[in-house]
Amino acid sequence: MLEIKNLHVKLEEEDKQILKGVDLTVEAGKVHAIMGPNGSGKSTLSYVLSGRDGYEVTDGEAALEGEDLLDLEPEERAAAGLFLAFQYPVEIPGVGNMTFLRTAVNAQRKARGEEELSAADFLKVVRAKAKDLKIDADMLKRPVNVGFSGGEKKRNEILQMAMLEPKMCILDETDSGLDVDAMKLVAEGVNALRDEGRAFLVITHYQRLLDHIKPDVVHIMADGRIVKTGGPELALEVENNGYADILAEVA
Amino acid sequence: MALPQVKQDATDARLAALGEVTATGWSAKVRADALARVRQMGLPGARDEYWKYTNPARLTSVEPQAASLFETDESPVFGTVDRLRIIFVDGVFDADASDDLSLEGIEISRLAEAQAADIHWAKDVYGVLEANGQTPVERPLAALNTAFATDGVLIRVTGKVSKPVALSYVHANTQSDAILHHVVKVEEGGELTLLENGPAAARFNKVLEVEVADRAAFHHVRAQGRDHERQAVTHIFARLGEESLFKSFTLTANGVMTRNEAVIELTGDDASAHIAGACVGDGDFHHDDTVFITHDAERCESRQVFKKVLRNGATGVFQGKILVKEGAQKTDGYQISQSLLLDDDSQFLAKPELEIYADDVACSHGSTSGAIDEEGLFYLRSRGVPKDDATDMLTLAFLAEALDEIADEALAEEILDRMAGWLVRHRA
Repeated sequence: MLEIKNLHVKLEEEDKQILKGVDLTVEAGKVHAIMGPNGSGKSTLSYVLSGRDGYEVTDGEAALEGEDLLDLEPEERAAAGLFLAFQYPVEIPGVGNMTFLRTAVNAQRKARGEEELSAADFLKVVRAKAKDLKIDADMLKRPVNVGFSGGEKKRNEILQMAMLEPKMCILDETDSGLDVDAMKLVAEGVNALRDEGRAFLVITHYQRLLDHIKPDVVHIMADGRIVKTGGPELALEVENNGYADILAEVA
Repeated sequence: MALPQVKQDATDARLAALGEVTATGWSAKVRADALARVRQMGLPGARDEYWKYTNPARLTSVEPQAASLFETDESPVFGTVDRLRIIFVDGVFDADASDDLSLEGIEISRLAEAQAADIHWAKDVYGVLEANGQTPVERPLAALNTAFATDGVLIRVTGKVSKPVALSYVHANTQSDAILHHVVKVEEGGELTLLENGPAAARFNKVLEVEVADRAAFHHVRAQGRDHERQAVTHIFARLGEESLFKSFTLTANGVMTRNEAVIELTGDDASAHIAGACVGDGDFHHDDTVFITHDAERCESRQVFKKVLRNGATGVFQGKILVKEGAQKTDGYQISQSLLLDDDSQFLAKPELEIYADDVACSHGSTSGAIDEEGLFYLRSRGVPKDDATDMLTLAFLAEALDEIADEALAEEILDRMAGWLVRHRA
């Protein structure tokens, strides 16, 4: 599904290399987790894949189902099936959440040559999915993320994911700022989307999210590279011993 | 005090070109007095403090600059709204194109014909609110209008009017120089929605005087025409009675020179005045909103909300003042002026002012200038919304607070559609 080879990325503004040769393959139907200390490049990887400005790819490649991602505009990547659940979802005053969702869904359908959803059909679908995530009508009416609590913002990300039905979902520290109940709700939302045709890349600092979203593969990222790959037990090792042992071992 | 020579010469030249004030009947004296005011004040010049950001030369010159006509196959604005239409072509009332002027709860007469008749109520308003609005800041172009207006309507509202009255201005002659003066009086308990649309002329000087009596309501929605080359100066003078409501919204798209002034006086307790404007300009667009609100009664509320979207070197100006007189306790005043600059070439010049002589008031004002929020733009694009659409969404969201000042949803929707259409046509 997602294939990253020898990806090197630096910040455009300053001459600072952040990713120093990332190799990663995520297969359809699988959940991969990336863990790693602060500053290891986890969030940069998610931003580069989704097409945010400010990064320069100096070497390597990234492809989604064989299609080169790096040459595409952010909206084209989205239409190709990539979705990033933001660590800090952006507030957009003046744009209603429902309008935003419908515009996004229909823009992607249009880009893929599909027919746009009618207002009635859209409403039916969004209500059902919102209900599962305990998102009430008021939250759907309010401007995008404005005045939302941390948990509401993350649930809103998952609602967008559910509506857009992407093939490749990247969750960037979706557990940050969540209490246990909110994390369970978010994890249930993610698990409901697990499917043979869909892959997940879950970026997190902590093992606890992985208790709820069980990964198939766990990667440890440090200093711009994947330094170790293993099964779910690797996450437990981090939880118990921190990163120091692993980093010492691969150094 | 003698006027500076440059100003004296410019004023003399313009007045000579306009010729004699030719009114008969009750308006003769009012017009003569207005002419005396113009002579005493002189027409505005580029050195005047009140015209620091907007050069008035094109509004005061002897002849207007020619303005080519705007051709469009779009449906006219407010076309879907059931309304009483009053049409002016290059500043002249067109009876054939207009609807029958009779409607329950309202009396409409044509200024050009009404001057000879004895219309008591109009005598208390025509030129009176304008004259009153000449202090503390002089507005010579409004006095010039009172003296020389060739047409306009006098509207008296005695009840709740069943549909809006729409003044539609057609521009047909590339050299036209129109001076229109309308007077509205909404009597106690009455309610009127007044619509205005169209560019009117190559050069347009318009005054609207509005007396809103106790417990009356006046709604005003205006879409200034898209003729890019037209030059316009407009004034609204409003006086508000007890528990009355005044709401005015203006959309301006295109125009090399537009100066919209509003002078609003809250004279009755518990009155409310909201004035808002949204403008979108591309290239050699110059738009000036100049507002002066005086609180002279207790517990009144006023709101000024002005939003400007500027690109390719367009200029936006805002001068807004709230004056709270002694004794105007519990005043609630709010003023915001914001610009969205879509590139580095455009500019926004703002002069917000508060002057307060009462000690128990809440007044706030703010003015900002900014670019499109890159974070928001990326967020929308990452969800699949193409860049141009995402930019338009954020731009319309920026304008939304001004649009919220239109009470009628259908009218607000109509204005929103026009703004969205403009944005699509003026993409980078």
